Amino acid sequence: MSIEVRNIHKKFGAFKALDNVSLKVEHGELLALLGPSGSGKTSLLRIVAGLDFHDSGQVLFSGQDAREQKVKDRGVGFVFQHYALFRHMTVFDNIAFGLRVQPPHLRPSEQAVRAKVMELLKLIQLEWVVDRFPWQLSGGQRQRIALARALAVKPRVLLLDEPFGSLDAQVRKELRMWLRRFHDEAHITTLFVTHDQEEALEVADRIVVMNQGRIEQVGTPEDVYHNPANAFVLNFLGNVNFFHCRLAEGKAIIGETELEVPGLSVDQPKIAKLYVRPNQFKLSRGPGKGSSLKAIVEYLNPAGTLVKATLKTETGERIHVEITQEEYRQLKLVKLMPVFVSLKDVSYSEYVQTAG
Amino acid sequence: MNSRTEPQLVRYLLIGIALVFFGLFIVLPLSCVFFHAFSKGWLVYIKALQNPDAVSAMRLTIITALVAVPLNLVFGVAASWAIAKFDFKGRDLLLSLIDLPLSVSPVIAGLIFILIFGAQGFLGPWLIAHNVRIVFALPGIILATIFVTFPMVARELIPIMKSQGNEEEEAALTLGASGWKTFWMISVPNIRWGILYGIILCNARAMGEFGAVSVVSGHIRGLTNTLPLHIEILYNEYQSTAAFAAASILALLAIVTLIAKTVIEALIRRGRAS
Ligand SMILES: Nc1ncnc2c1ncn2[C@@H]1O[C@H](COP(=O)(O)OP(=O)(O)O)[C@@H](O)[C@H]1O
Ligand SMILES: [Mg+2]
Repeated sequence: MSIEVRNIHKKFGAFKALDNVSLKVEHGELLALLGPSGSGKTSLLRIVAGLDFHDSGQVLFSGQDAREQKVKDRGVGFVFQHYALFRHMTVFDNIAFGLRVQPPHLRPSEQAVRAKVMELLKLIQLEWVVDRFPWQLSGGQRQRIALARALAVKPRVLLLDEPFGSLDAQVRKELRMWLRRFHDEAHITTLFVTHDQEEALEVADRIVVMNQGRIEQVGTPEDVYHNPANAFVLNFLGNVNFFHCRLAEGKAIIGETELEVPGLSVDQPKIAKLYVRPNQFKLSRGPGKGSSLKAIVEYLNPAGTLVKATLKTETGERIHVEITQEEYRQLKLVKLMPVFVSLKDVSYSEYVQTAG
Repeated sequence: MNSRTEPQLVRYLLIGIALVFFGLFIVLPLSCVFFHAFSKGWLVYIKALQNPDAVSAMRLTIITALVAVPLNLVFGVAASWAIAKFDFKGRDLLLSLIDLPLSVSPVIAGLIFILIFGAQGFLGPWLIAHNVRIVFALPGIILATIFVTFPMVARELIPIMKSQGNEEEEAALTLGASGWKTFWMISVPNIRWGILYGIILCNARAMGEFGAVSVVSGHIRGLTNTLPLHIEILYNEYQSTAAFAAASILALLAIVTLIAKTVIEALIRRGRAS
């Protein structure tokens, strides 16, 4: 089933939580809603589920307006950020709940319920906790039980609200990959909320970036990462350095220094903000052919796939760079060493005004 | 308290003071009640309780509690549900109204009903014309009791419900449960200890209430005397053994209430720790 929202507006008092939001989740797609805390992700998810009501706009399930549909008839599986497991029920009863509350003519026999619950527990690899209560489980286990409980009623769409938000890094990564594999097998239309860009980039088919109740950009992970629609998206999807500069054909003038910018074409000089990702710098020991920024290595962290360094320019600005281990060895980089910085590429430039 | 930071002497002194107060103000009076009640032997005790007036007082007290407690339970659950789970206009007003009976003297509470339903009262002439008796009769006693025990259940439930939030109910709805099933299968079990606790406190207060009931009852022997009123009458008539025998029943109720309260508190704490 596809989900579409059109021109959704939602206010809490005078505060605009959602401001003209439109998006479509295609059938079988895994879409991530990515945005900082307070950007309206949960509000949107709750409106889709029917747990909250929008002031204006439309929610459509497979093209059908869902306004008249009650929560219980929408067929959504909702996984809450804090699990919301039924605290007075065992894991078994939690997962069985959705099956047992169905109207008599649809309700499966207790035997069928048992079979279904055990099948789901097997899917999430937690068969051995069947008789425990929620408080006897770890965060990651609770999260998986919550997912199994939502899946038991064969929902037409899955809505996940920061499902891995309160778990530690290792468990998070595992569950994230598990979710992707699960989705690849089950192909259930999924709307997945997160504030973690890495999670969104890694798991989703497409990403919707939200900020202050509005959608900033929609696109594939590759798209939003490499072609950000604006500075907010760029910033939110990873570390980025930014410089005030003047742009001319093929170069950026930062302070007194002219840096070559490969592939940059401007018809006339402009004052701009230039955004450069940490991996878009080239470092060298000597000044080289073209001009470059002189800096010293202020901080260095070689422990990782990439080597992270913070450089301080002569004018006192800090630049965060990432280079490969190989480059690091070739440069024989050490703390306080002078280096010359040039640009391989830039991520994004925002024109402030045309320079006179 | 830490034994390394508090000298032994201070600790013993504090514990000693607490025990002396406990003995003086709780244990001693309670044992006095039982001591007096049995001072003339078992037979007199049993006889005092078998006295028709005593039996009718106990029956009236039980009937009052049997009506007032369930009504307050229904009201308490409904009100705390509304206050804890929904945001609506007048929520704060409702919250302070619930507490009103606690801040009004029970005597005033009784007088309110006289002013409304008494012969000179607001509805009095109409009631007399239609031959309906409210004050100086069972309905008045029940009304007064409901009034003073009004907050007992709701006040227990509101904090529990607030801390639990709405998410479990919402989860149940997304799983296809109706509002009714969600209420009975999720909301009620989650507050079951709170409900029990509220019932016990409400019951203790309903059976023990003196002031408000005293005003509306009219003290008609064998008809409108509840147990506390019966005790007072016996005492004023210098039948102290009989008075204490009846009092021992209320004291026993208090002790049972205390024990039940402690057990339930432990259960709530265990539930919360999970
Ligand atoms: N029930 C509510 N009452 C008032 N404000 C709310 C309510 N729910 C959310 N908000 C506000 O709306 C904004 C968006 O909230 P939310 O959708 O939860 O954001 P997110 O999930 O992206 O963190 C926040 O600023 C939040 O304070
Ligand atoms: Mg949220």
